[in-house]
Amino acid sequence: MNLHEFQAKELFREYGIPVSGGVVATSVDEAVDASERLGGNRWACKVQVHAGGRGKAGGVKLVEGSDGLRDFASTWLGKRLVTQQTDQLGQPVNHIYIEELADIDREFYLGLVVDRSSQRVVVMASTEGGVEIEKVAEESPEKILKAQIDPLVGAQSYQGRELAFGLGLQNGQVREFTEIFLRLSRLFQELDCSLVEVNPLVLTSEGRVHCLDAKINVDSNALYRQSRLADMRDPEQEDEREAQASEFGLSYVALDGNIGCMVNGAGLAMGTMDLVKYYGGNPANFLDVGGAVNKSSVSEAFKIILDDSDVRAVLINIFGGIVSCVVIAEGIVEAYKEVGVEVPVVVRFDGNSAEQGRAFLQSSGLDIIAASTLQDATQKVVEAAESIS
Amino acid sequence: MSILVDKHTRLICQGITGSQGTLHSRQALEYGTQLVGGVTPGKGGTAHLGVPVFDTMQEAVNSTGATVSVIYVPAQFCLDSILEACNTGIELIVCITEGVPTLDMLKAKAIVDSLGSRLIGPNCPGVITPGQCKIGIMPGDIHQPGRIGIVSRSGTLTYEAVKQVSDQGLGQSTCVGIGGDPIPGSNFIDVISLFEQDDDTDAIVMVGEIGGTAEEETAEFIKDFVTKPMVAYIAGATAPKGKRMGHAGAIIAGGKGTAAEKYEALDRAGVVTVRNLAGIGDAIRECLS
Repeated sequence: MNLHEFQAKELFREYGIPVSGGVVATSVDEAVDASERLGGNRWACKVQVHAGGRGKAGGVKLVEGSDGLRDFASTWLGKRLVTQQTDQLGQPVNHIYIEELADIDREFYLGLVVDRSSQRVVVMASTEGGVEIEKVAEESPEKILKAQIDPLVGAQSYQGRELAFGLGLQNGQVREFTEIFLRLSRLFQELDCSLVEVNPLVLTSEGRVHCLDAKINVDSNALYRQSRLADMRDPEQEDEREAQASEFGLSYVALDGNIGCMVNGAGLAMGTMDLVKYYGGNPANFLDVGGAVNKSSVSEAFKIILDDSDVRAVLINIFGGIVSCVVIAEGIVEAYKEVGVEVPVVVRFDGNSAEQGRAFLQSSGLDIIAASTLQDATQKVVEAAESIS
Repeated sequence: MSILVDKHTRLICQGITGSQGTLHSRQALEYGTQLVGGVTPGKGGTAHLGVPVFDTMQEAVNSTGATVSVIYVPAQFCLDSILEACNTGIELIVCITEGVPTLDMLKAKAIVDSLGSRLIGPNCPGVITPGQCKIGIMPGDIHQPGRIGIVSRSGTLTYEAVKQVSDQGLGQSTCVGIGGDPIPGSNFIDVISLFEQDDDTDAIVMVGEIGGTAEEETAEFIKDFVTKPMVAYIAGATAPKGKRMGHAGAIIAGGKGTAAEKYEALDRAGVVTVRNLAGIGDAIRECLS
C-alpha cells in the first residue's frame, strides 16, 4: 500500500527525521491559508498522487504569494495528473502539499528496500540524487552504495558512517546523515515498510542534511498490526475495479485485450494470459479468484470481467486444489441468471471435482463451450473472440 | 528415494484443530502420510483425527520423534510457529499460510538458517512424494510416483505441470511448491540441488514467474552444477510493468524481473524453456528420449 508524500513526511517528523515545514490543502482556501501558517512568500507546491514523475508532468511548482498558491490549487485540485507512471486517465488530485523552500547545495538519493537476493533490508545511497535511480543502477551500479541491515540486530551506526563518508560528507554532516540512516531504518522496521525512499536527500547551503522528498510503501500483509497506516489508505488513488474486486477476495488487474480471464491461483492466471497471447489472442484482464472462492464471488468476478466493454469472450480456467469445480460451476450458473452473459464463455475444469463441475454446467442447459484441455480451451476462446470482433 | 519427505517421514501439524489444519490433515492421513500428532496450545492431551494433540512443539517432537512440521496457523502467528518449530531442532518446516508479513519472514529465515533447519514456504501448496507422503493442500490424485522432480513458485500452476507430466505416463519423484512470496524459506537453488543429488530423479521441471531475480540466479547455478535435463516455464510474459499480479512476488519493478530476461538466462544455462504453458509435458518427454 502506498502513502502520500504528506503522510510520509508526517511520519518522518514523528521519528525526528528532518523535513521542511509543510501544509496539506484540499481546497483553494486552505491553500491560500497555508501562506500564513508557513510564513514567507515563496513555496514549493506538489500535487499528492500515488505515482512518480510528478515534476515532469507539471505537478510540482515553485509559487510566489497567495495568488501563486491560489493559481496552483485551482489548476490542480479536482483534476487528474498524468505522468509516465500512470495510465492515460492519470491519478486524481485531491490533496496538494505546500512546503517551505530549502536552499540546495547538493542532492543525494537514499532508499531502503527489501532485497530478495540477500534476504535483508538494503539501504542504498548515491550521489546521483534527484534523477531516475533505476537508470543509475543500470548504467553505473558502482555509484550506488549499499548497506545490508541484519534482521535480528538492526541498523548500526558504522553502516551509516560508511555510507556518509562514501557520499563525500564531512564532519557534522556525517553525524546528521548517520542519525537519519538509523531513524529511517527504525521507521522501516516498526512500520512494516516495503519501501522508503528519499529522492532527493539534500545538503542545504547551510550545510545541513535534509529530506526534500519522502516516499513510503507499506507491506499490505502487515496492515493488521499497523491500523494507523491502514487508516491512511486513499482508495481514490486505486483503480476502482481492482478495489471492488479485492473486497470479494478477488485479485484483478485490467489489461487492454478482449478476452476476459477467470482463473484460480496467481501463477496459473498469469500462465493463462500468456497462453491466450501465445495462440494469437489478447487477454482483457488478470483475475485470480483466490482459494476462498464461493458462489457469489464467482458471480462478482463475472460482473467485473463483463464490465469491461471490450470483452468479446471469456475463458474460465480452474485447476481445483482447495477450490472445488462444483462451486465455480454453481457461481457461473448464478452469474448467467443475475448478470446476463452475452459473450461466448469457454470453461476448462481440472482437479478437484472437475467431472461433477462439468456435469453441473451441462445440466444447466446454458450455452457454455466446454473444453477438454488447457490448450483446447485457449484455442476455442481465441476463435470465439475473433469470430465476434 | 525422493527428496525431503517419504513414507518414513513423521509429521506434526501446527494448528491441527483449526479449519484448514483439520481439512488438510484429514486428507494427508487418507493419503497415507504418517501424521503422528498436532499442536494447538491449550488443547494438549486431547486427540484430533485420531492423533494426539500437544500444547507445545517441544512436547510433540519429544513424544513422537517427528522430523517434519506443517504450519496452517493464521499469518500473524506464523513467525512464532516457525521459531517454535525450528527451536526443537526439527529438520523441515513447511508453512502453507499466505499473507505473512515480509519483515517477519526476514527474521524467520535468518533464525531457521542459523539453527540448521529447512523451511519451505510460506504461501505455498507444500511438498508431496507421490504414493508416500503428502504435506500441504495439493490434490493428491493428480500425482503419480515417478522420476521427475518438480519445483514451482506457484500453487495451481504446479498442479498444471504435475498433470501434464502424469498425462505423459511419467510420474513425479517429489513436487515442491516454494511459494510466491518475496522471501521464501527455500529457493529454486535449494530444491534443485536436492533433485540433482537424488538417485531417483531423472529430470527436473522448474516453474517460475515474473518478479525478482531468483530464476536468473538459478540459471547461473544450473550452468555450473546441474547435470540432469531440465525444463522451465515462466509465467507472466504478458504482465504489465509495475502491476502486482496476485502473488506478492510477481511484480516487474524498474524493468527488471521480466519473463524475457528469465527465459534468456535459462536458455543460456542449457535449460529447455517452454513458452507454451500447455507444452510442459511434451517438453519433458522429449528431454528423456
